Amino acid sequence: MTINMGPHHPSTHGVLRVILELDGETVVNAVPEIGYLHRGIEKLAEQKKYIQVLPLTDRLDYLASGTNNLAYILAVEKLIGLEVPRRAMYIRTLFAEITRIGSHLLWLGTHAADIGAMTVLLYTMREREDVLDIIEETAGTRLMMTYFRPGGVVKDLPAGFDAKIKAFLDTFTGRIDEYERLLTKNRIWLKRTVGVGVISRDEAISLGLSGPSLRGSGVDWDIRRDEPYEAYDEIDFEVPVYTEGDVYARYLARIVEMRQSVRMIRQLVEGMPEGPFIERTAKYVLPDKTRLNISIEAMIHHFKLIVEGMAPPKGEVYSTIESPKGELGFYIVSDGGPNPYRLRIRPPSFVNLQSLLTMVRGHMLADVVAIIGSLDIVLGEIDR
Amino acid sequence: MTVDWNRQNFSGDNPEEHPAIVSIQENFPESIVGSGSFRGEVWGVVKSDKCREVLHYLALEPALSYDFLSDLTAVHFPGEDEPFEIVYQLYSIPNNSRFRVKTTVAEGQEADSVVSIWRAAEWMEREVYDLLGVVFSGHPDMRRIMNPEGFVGHPLRKDFPTGGRIKW
Repeated sequence: MTINMGPHHPSTHGVLRVILELDGETVVNAVPEIGYLHRGIEKLAEQKKYIQVLPLTDRLDYLASGTNNLAYILAVEKLIGLEVPRRAMYIRTLFAEITRIGSHLLWLGTHAADIGAMTVLLYTMREREDVLDIIEETAGTRLMMTYFRPGGVVKDLPAGFDAKIKAFLDTFTGRIDEYERLLTKNRIWLKRTVGVGVISRDEAISLGLSGPSLRGSGVDWDIRRDEPYEAYDEIDFEVPVYTEGDVYARYLARIVEMRQSVRMIRQLVEGMPEGPFIERTAKYVLPDKTRLNISIEAMIHHFKLIVEGMAPPKGEVYSTIESPKGELGFYIVSDGGPNPYRLRIRPPSFVNLQSLLTMVRGHMLADVVAIIGSLDIVLGEIDR
Repeated sequence: MTVDWNRQNFSGDNPEEHPAIVSIQENFPESIVGSGSFRGEVWGVVKSDKCREVLHYLALEPALSYDFLSDLTAVHFPGEDEPFEIVYQLYSIPNNSRFRVKTTVAEGQEADSVVSIWRAAEWMEREVYDLLGVVFSGHPDMRRIMNPEGFVGHPLRKDFPTGGRIKW
């Protein structure tokens, strides 16, 4: 029997269509169909200046906009060869980790709600409101941050940020304990997730799985630790690795990641250096707005950057970060002009979703929902 | 629109010393036609008929073991004889090392599919076909992935208008 798990479905986490072939209740084949959210971001980027592409990147993984922005900005900075002040690096790393917490909170809430534990959804949404409050106070918006710029961040941290984030961290560890009390040793949760959706180490590597989903299958690889960027080489954190390769292992990996993010943010707040929050390199970064009335050079640079755009060197870069979903990469080919010649986004969810068939084959229909949840996919990133 | 820059050699570190380039030059001397590096990233340009062999070697050779296909994509350079440049971003998990392989194909020429080496290539090659029109021979399921069935054209090509061709 062929069943259509159509694009409109509460559990597919977006507009994903899965064509399931069942034998009774057992899944024999599962073919995901994507493209319902394809907006042509890569094509649009070729018509826009580098700074205009930045808001487009927010909308890729719309639940974790900080890491999308960071990946793109790091690629642009690598292309230009910009140096970033230490304070800006710490601020960006902090917001990347806050974004990771926000993304994992939403994953946990929706994943548990799909399996039936609705309470967890309401609890995690309450915590996510705190995260969004912190982001809103600093960046101005709740979801689509667009807070980073090539060279640093657009404005400094607000007054009272330290106290607010320490208050959040102090209560948050207790909240993660609450979620674990509800789920980790819960018999129903264990029955629904242990042994479900197993993928072996070699299959996972061949399929290009990355992020917590890969670390649930025994591969000890985290780009933050192995190819450090920003301030990650100055702080301590652990990378959780589990070997069972099932939904439960991926769940544990993300819970521990949330705890480690709390640890990282604490270190970043305590060690936050003083200094400038952006490196105003004349030809690539907009000057401070207050100087426009004072200095003619600032006015000229501002005008040229807005009207003509920056002129990066010819070349190509491929820059990757560890986003909450996996390896997020940006491949930029530059011909020296103000628009990228080619912008390729390597979306972790796109590659992770390919392993759906391997994980689902032989399981029952209800497990499909649990497995899609454990992959933590976001259709905005898959379809671009 | 033609791009008048030499895509093969950029300033940077000496790419000739990268272990992957050295190995390819030893084992497949006629297949590598160029190399380059920029901002510390190294790539090798390989002839399209030897591409699958070289990638197979890079993935399985124990000293190199590029077991993870990070990305497979293509870039369109309209003025050239071989306008489509297929780019493979490789990563070796055991050695923590990245390498890029590039090859060029002409309009209408089929590239070799690498699904037999890395299963991650399946959807990536479908996307290159859908958006740029490069067919991969040996691919198990060569059909469009983002655009609906029956869509005509390949949107990411430089001669395809950004607004599309259909008036909605």
